[in-house]
Amino acid sequence: MLTKRIIPCLDVRDKKVTKGVRFQNNVDLGDPVEMAVAYSDGGCDELVFYDITASAERRPIDIEMVRQVARAVHIPFAVGGGIQNLDDMRRVLLAGAEKVSVNSLAVENPGIIAEGARQFGAQCIVLGMDPAKTDDLARFPSGYEITTRGFRHRTGLDALAWAKRAEQLGAGEIVVNSVDADGTREGYELNLTRLIATNVGVPVVASGGAGVPRHLTDVFKEAFADAAIIASMTHSGEYSIKAIKDELIAAGVPIRRKW
Amino acid sequence: MITIVDYKAGNLTSVQLAFEHFGARVRITDDPKDVLAGSRVVFPGVGAAGAAMEQLAGLGLLDALRTVIGRGTPFLGICIGMQVLLEFSEEGETTCMGVLPGRVRRFRPRDPLCKIPQIGWNAVNIAKPHPLFAGIEDASEFYFVHSYYPAPADQVLIAGRTDYADAVFASAVARDNLFATQFHPERSGRIGLRLLENFADWNP
Repeated sequence: MLTKRIIPCLDVRDKKVTKGVRFQNNVDLGDPVEMAVAYSDGGCDELVFYDITASAERRPIDIEMVRQVARAVHIPFAVGGGIQNLDDMRRVLLAGAEKVSVNSLAVENPGIIAEGARQFGAQCIVLGMDPAKTDDLARFPSGYEITTRGFRHRTGLDALAWAKRAEQLGAGEIVVNSVDADGTREGYELNLTRLIATNVGVPVVASGGAGVPRHLTDVFKEAFADAAIIASMTHSGEYSIKAIKDELIAAGVPIRRKW
Repeated sequence: MITIVDYKAGNLTSVQLAFEHFGARVRITDDPKDVLAGSRVVFPGVGAAGAAMEQLAGLGLLDALRTVIGRGTPFLGICIGMQVLLEFSEEGETTCMGVLPGRVRRFRPRDPLCKIPQIGWNAVNIAKPHPLFAGIEDASEFYFVHSYYPAPADQVLIAGRTDYADAVFASAVARDNLFATQFHPERSGRIGLRLLENFADWNP
């Protein structure tokens, strides 16, 4: 049976992993390569790195960091945050990343998904999306509008329509990061995750809001997520991957047990 | 020395880095002469079966691969490198190498929540003991990314089985000096590295 994946997210700024509520009050947590090794040894199933300052500063992704991670860990990892074109995708993948994640770029230029999937394979192309709740159901039938640039910009795109479009274009996986739940530690947004997961044919990764292991159980069992991103609950040392997995296994969720 | 066959089907960095992790020397090549000179050959690949077969033919690699398999050189196929060893793939109705009897089929799940491709970690149930599984517990999980699965015609070939989308498929096959996996040992953490290290030490 395919197991549910637990994916720690490492936000990197100036070669350090940071965590605040995203984009604000960031605190240095450590070296990205050392943290990747610790997480891989600790039993995480995959990793994602966001080069969070790359976009704002309009500079390319730190390829040397990607190389170092690829030499140090031998599990899949994705890189996002500063991908600006196909050439960036190629460099990140050749440096050893399994996947690249595009978010704002795909909104500005949806064709990048199709072109990336054609050149590198759909399994390499992850669409990240940041949907925010809205009451304007006439314009946004799903009840969620896609935002970009650290939630500051509203795009006018309906979340479900965008997810379906991205799937048609060739995205191999969709990360649904709830703007409303992000940083709250009160749980994933189950309605949003379920809506996307039950309406697209590709795997859906839930993101935003995890605070305790029960939140992962809920998003897997009630919202049908294929994978879940975590950050502060393990970065803080409050939970180990093993502790989270033990609780998920006890709740009957299929989880990788040997590593 | 590990010879990794480069036929422009995906990214070989992770395969190279996995072997280098335990000190193996690696040569990546698209030259049939280098493949023929190889003492251990790894045949990886991701992407579509049709494109893979076209590249292999275009680079003149098909005969070299058949020769090293036939003469007893330790040979490891991974993902598309496993699938194209069979006779036929439903992906693009592609005629494949026919080194192994059988076909490659598409997953057709009844459950709409069962996603295609299969992406993630799934258990490999060891069907027969093999030197490449040394030190690896039965039902260990490996990393998979695929929409099609190998269906060898001869059950004796099956070294490992995995369950997905209403199919129990051959996730590893073995015959003489040939071993092939649908999963990605290079992405499967410590357990995957163990399988690759076993391959580097294997004397069939």
